[in-house]
Amino acid sequence: MTLSSILIQLLNGLASASSLFLVSAGLSLIFGVTRIVNFAHGSLYMLGLYGAYTLIEVLGRTPLGFWSAVVLAALAVGIAGVLIEVLVLRRVYRAPELFQLLATFAVVLVIKDIALFAWGPEDLVGPRAPGFDTAVEILGKRIPSYDLLLIAIGPVVLAVLWLLLTRTRWGALVRAATQDREMVGALGVDQAKLFTSVFFAGAVLAGLGGALQIPREPANLDLDLAIIADAFVITVVGGLGSIGGAFLAAILIGVAKAFCIGIGTVDWFGLEISFSKLTLVVEFLIMALVLVVRPYGLLGKPQAVQRIAAEPSPPLTAPTWKMALVWMAVLVAVPLVADRYVTILLTDIVCFALFAVSLHFIMGPAGMVSFGHAAYFGLGAYAAGLLFKQAGLPMEAALLLAPLCAGAFAIVYGWFCVRLSGVYLAMLTLAFAQISWSIVFQWDSFTGGSNGVLGIWPSAWLADKTTYYYLALACCGLGIAFLWRVLFSPFGFTLRAGRDSPLRAEAIGIDLRGVQWAAFVLVGALAGLAGAVYAFSKGSISPSAISIAQSTDGLIMVLLGGVETLTGPIVGAAIFTWLRDEVARRTEFWRAVMGGVILVIVLLFPQGLVGGLKALALRWQEQRA
Amino acid sequence: MTAVLQVEGLHKAFGGVQAVADVSFTVSAGEMLALIGPNGAGKSTCFNMLNGQLSPDLGIVRLEGRDIVGLRPRTIWRLGVGRTFQITATFASLGVRENVQMALYSHAGRLRSMLQRFGAAFRTEADALLSQVGMLDQAERTCGVLAYGDLKRVELAMALANQPRLLLMDEPTAGMAPKERVALMELTAGLARARGIAVLFTEHDMDVVFSQADRIIVLDRGQLIAGGTPDEIRNNAAVRTVYLGGTH
Ligand SMILES: Nc1ncnc2c1ncn2[C@@H]1O[C@H](COP(=O)(O)OP(=O)(O)OP(=O)(O)O)[C@@H](O)[C@H]1O
Ligand SMILES: [Mg+2]
Repeated sequence: MTLSSILIQLLNGLASASSLFLVSAGLSLIFGVTRIVNFAHGSLYMLGLYGAYTLIEVLGRTPLGFWSAVVLAALAVGIAGVLIEVLVLRRVYRAPELFQLLATFAVVLVIKDIALFAWGPEDLVGPRAPGFDTAVEILGKRIPSYDLLLIAIGPVVLAVLWLLLTRTRWGALVRAATQDREMVGALGVDQAKLFTSVFFAGAVLAGLGGALQIPREPANLDLDLAIIADAFVITVVGGLGSIGGAFLAAILIGVAKAFCIGIGTVDWFGLEISFSKLTLVVEFLIMALVLVVRPYGLLGKPQAVQRIAAEPSPPLTAPTWKMALVWMAVLVAVPLVADRYVTILLTDIVCFALFAVSLHFIMGPAGMVSFGHAAYFGLGAYAAGLLFKQAGLPMEAALLLAPLCAGAFAIVYGWFCVRLSGVYLAMLTLAFAQISWSIVFQWDSFTGGSNGVLGIWPSAWLADKTTYYYLALACCGLGIAFLWRVLFSPFGFTLRAGRDSPLRAEAIGIDLRGVQWAAFVLVGALAGLAGAVYAFSKGSISPSAISIAQSTDGLIMVLLGGVETLTGPIVGAAIFTWLRDEVARRTEFWRAVMGGVILVIVLLFPQGLVGGLKALALRWQEQRA
Repeated sequence: MTAVLQVEGLHKAFGGVQAVADVSFTVSAGEMLALIGPNGAGKSTCFNMLNGQLSPDLGIVRLEGRDIVGLRPRTIWRLGVGRTFQITATFASLGVRENVQMALYSHAGRLRSMLQRFGAAFRTEADALLSQVGMLDQAERTCGVLAYGDLKRVELAMALANQPRLLLMDEPTAGMAPKERVALMELTAGLARARGIAVLFTEHDMDVVFSQADRIIVLDRGQLIAGGTPDEIRNNAAVRTVYLGGTH
């Protein structure tokens, strides 16, 4: 590369870094003070773009119109953030952390459909910025002047934030809360006001980040999850709660991405390497690397120790054989009385039940929350499809080998993941899922790219939907029974013990990391089995099986049913799958309906459905006694 | 008596704070050695270096002649070192008996199995340990709901599960009534003598210390300022200044 093209890539990278920084700074700020991982932050960014688009149409494509539109859009998004905080999150601050997460997932679904309703499914291309629609010549190359403006905006916002945080009373409170949340409560500060104001500030930053992108990027409905993945990566690379870290990380990643595009395909000793294909993966590679070397990010500090220990998890109770047999009998009998449609739906439910149970195993009893569990489900599905199509194995063999392939990936991913804990761990799992997704998505010749793998049908003896349902029931039922059995084995007790007190576990001779790694591989393989069974039931598999949306679906199933009980995830999977199917047949806006239902459940049953029903039953019994 | 634990020239600093400086002592089999000192003297830091949780900046730790510096806590446990923590660390979602069984299973190397049911083995052994520390009547309860003093007892039972050669007890009687404290430490002393376990403990209750310890060493701002029998320590001028004129 020549000097001038290096410069171009550098400027390009810095320009995209600005928006990434704004979004991540907001996310970091909110997390630091409220300890909420706001999955809806990407949705706020998306609203910023849409809002700016519409406001520019209204106010006119003049410099004044453009810039007032950008500012107004950011403020409007700020107000949306306040609404989310006041209407939803404020009511669940006392609920377990994971439930707050579920609430933000619901908000993502609702906002996506609001955007679909208001702006339609088409991409909306915004105007160029009046006054900044020319190009500047640097070293003989033309650079859009708007990019130069964006490059300047990043440091300006950083400076403003820095002044706010260090020179104002509000900033002092935010910093105090970031370091020690309980202390602020003890100082008698109005916590509700502080949280609301932080949400406003964070949302304004997200909205501004989005609005500023309107001349560079069309507004579309996929931006929410795409940008949240980026923002997670930047926040984690920079260090949770560190604004300066977010800036550094945004630049690092923005520039790395730009260079990957700029380098294109190179020939190294006859080996062709396509760097442009690396763009989707490079940030996750950087993240994995940083987290292994510096587990708290570039400028982060170890998370403040919570003074008030989290509520200890209640003891697990094993499901009884009697109950299991009754349920099995019912599930076996259903196809005899119900129609084909119900059988197909049940097949889906059975697959997702195993998926959810495997996710529950790792996030509940093993205490390692995964934001990227779909990686194993999807890789299992792809392994089944590719072994069948590309390797020409019989369907039965592909089905049996697929879990092993998913498990093999879990061996690699898990090795990194068990080195971290808490939010950092969760985000690393998301990173690995996204890496898997990118590879599958881009490797056209092998995986079929965005089309996926088609024509993967079960063998003739399983072709009948009812027969296949029985196969799915057997595979997934055995998988679930196996996982439950393991939970009550010495190995399972070791996992629970390690979650309760890593210190004590180590002090009685337990190699906790090793045990957690093994658990990771185990659930990876079983999620892979669920994926493989699913793939053959559908006859095709597409990259969406590995997507963030699939991972969050799994989380919703587990959290909806309740983490504290074993049957919760199954109930959650059944209700979610059935409801989605029901609603999607009736309205285009099924996401909003789902989100609304989840929100109602979150607000009514903060322990999840099964947990909530158990509590209700208990109260009823007490009243009768 | 042979020395089970030999500590020579232990140092540890956190940033600018010299938490432990040039600490040396030994504990023999069957001996109760009390490590006392005001808050922040460096007692817990010492403990953490002995069981491998922290690595010393400088110094030697020998367990029955073997240098154990740099080994992990879990390895040191397997060599026969049991410990209780100042802030109790038990498995809150498991039952009291299950907590002790975890230690017994681990000692027997039987925690890997994925298909057996946990809890069938080592029941009697666990109950024997629990009855020793007076917790048998609460064996079925979940650890998360226990009173603080009871958690300390569970920890002791767990620490005894691997038939330790050395027992490290960081404030083992915190949260108990005065009578219970003496009783628990009498029990510990009895076990130590009967089985030849070396016991190193810290304790803020001076009645317990002076009635139960065979020997006492005194730490102040990271340094050992005195060592000897309870009577010698009682009459030591330096110790009196630390305790009467100092933070206590
Ligand atoms: N992880 C750490 N990082 C920084 N400083 C530490 C750390 N652990 C201990 N210290 C400091 O080292 C000194 C000794 O602490 P230590 O906990 O060993 O005291 P202690 O004698 O056990 O006190 P106490 O009786 O209150 O338990 C104190 O000044 C403490 O603040
Ligand atoms: Mg201490």
